Amino acid sequence: MVTANNLVKTYGKKHEIPAVDDVSFSVNEGEIFGLIGPDGAGKTSIFRMLTTLLLPDSGSAAVAGFDVVKGYREIRNIVGYMPGKFSLYPDLSVEENLNFFATVFGTTIRENYDLIKEIYVQLEPFKKRRAGKLSGGMKQKLALCCALIHKPTVLFLDEPTTGVDPVSRKEFWEMLKRLKAQNITILVSTAYMDEATLCDRIALIHSGKILTVDTPANISAAYPDKLLEVKANKMSALLNALSRFQKGSGSYAFGEYAHVSVNRNEENIEDELKNYLQQAGLENIEIKPIKASVEDYFIKLLK
Amino acid sequence: MQEVVIKTNKLTKRFRDFTAVNEITFEVYKGEIFGFLGANGAGKTTAMRILIGLSKPTSGSATVAGFDVYKQTENIKKNIGYMSQKFSLYEDLTVLENISFYGGIYGLSDAQIKTKSDELITSLGLQNEAKKLVASLPLGWKQKLSFSVALLHEPKIVFLDEPTGGVDPLTRRQFWDLIYDAADKGVTIFVTTHYLDEAEYCNRISIMVDGKIEALDSPENLKKQFNTHSMDEVFYELARAAKRGE
Repeated sequence: MVTANNLVKTYGKKHEIPAVDDVSFSVNEGEIFGLIGPDGAGKTSIFRMLTTLLLPDSGSAAVAGFDVVKGYREIRNIVGYMPGKFSLYPDLSVEENLNFFATVFGTTIRENYDLIKEIYVQLEPFKKRRAGKLSGGMKQKLALCCALIHKPTVLFLDEPTTGVDPVSRKEFWEMLKRLKAQNITILVSTAYMDEATLCDRIALIHSGKILTVDTPANISAAYPDKLLEVKANKMSALLNALSRFQKGSGSYAFGEYAHVSVNRNEENIEDELKNYLQQAGLENIEIKPIKASVEDYFIKLLK
Repeated sequence: MQEVVIKTNKLTKRFRDFTAVNEITFEVYKGEIFGFLGANGAGKTTAMRILIGLSKPTSGSATVAGFDVYKQTENIKKNIGYMSQKFSLYEDLTVLENISFYGGIYGLSDAQIKTKSDELITSLGLQNEAKKLVASLPLGWKQKLSFSVALLHEPKIVFLDEPTGGVDPLTRRQFWDLIYDAADKGVTIFVTTHYLDEAEYCNRISIMVDGKIEALDSPENLKKQFNTHSMDEVFYELARAAKRGE
């Protein structure tokens, strides 16, 4: 449904700032595909090229079979795009914004109401309010409605959950699942690693380059080392000790635990580590081998 | 007995008929990392604005670093550091210029600014970037610099409003190393975050729901209290009960 082939984008007078560096991936029809990476990784530039708002320096891309350069008119009719920055008309009311976007795409709110109903009912009490006066969460819901009102084939959501609290984030992802069920292909970008597992497939992206593309489960399974989760009475002392553990190849805090990587072939490493930590003066030590998460994998790639 | 650096008693802020902060009472200790959590619209920002001396409460009382939030807001500002994701550094100034600007604002002498700049540049490893515009730095560096600048005048308490949004997981952890270092030196850290794994890095956390503090304890005790192994569950359990929207 979406393909990118060796996409390159640079900024600056002399093209000295690389933003997207030889990026290739493809998205299947009806899947939720996540671009996972920090701010500045190139996610927005990729989205803007795919939605025909930005020309690539080189490489090619297509959406629903249309080339992003030659077929931009067709693409604009069939994609929905929710930018990271609030881009609706702040002086128009909720209802006026939605009506405006429907009209631009030659449709009406009534025609596609089913698609947005569930989200829009939460906005309806405020439909006369100016969009600029809405709270952050409400703005986000309105932006999603406006991106959906012409029933797009492909939906691009650029960091829809940034700055959103964990409960609202969860609700937002539940909404995406229901849209997917209506056979809308969804590309979503996020800097939250825990959202990776909610996608069908993900691309990990950093400094303009794609590090890997796969299902979250495969990425976890591809973690090269044995990963241990460790707990002790004092976190800062624990992290300190782990960083000096000879057989460790990377350790860091992970919620209430510390994670430490060790060679896969190490036997009895748990006992050895426990002894080491006891000698370092730590108490109440718990050590357990665990499955790596996408976040562990990302950290591994960055080190 | 631990030294109390923030103390509130039934602190309340109303905007016309809307009670944004509803009688919150809590204490924060010296050198503690205190996580201030809540859903969007729960009242965190309003409460924080009172504590940093930018907004006056409607009723109740609070002291920050020993100063009263009604009458001594200028003293509060001199004794705290503040960093938020939205406002931190001047992008069109260089790293060094930002440091001397903030040093000047906080009344440091030229000699102090010089010493502090050198220390800071060395400890952050920014020797090559010192004369570059802040705009050219990666977000992670901006955040670290911004945090260090908030500590320039050696405040007793530093307020961090979602300091780590948008950075990669490795940089996020390096940022927390800076937080730990500051706390070890006795600086009190008051931090808001939407990352629940970061809540685990705090000594104690409070969770606000609809303007009230509904839970306050160490992450471990909160999990025990809610009979779960994950902070996510604790948060969902509380925040789901919220009646008011944003």
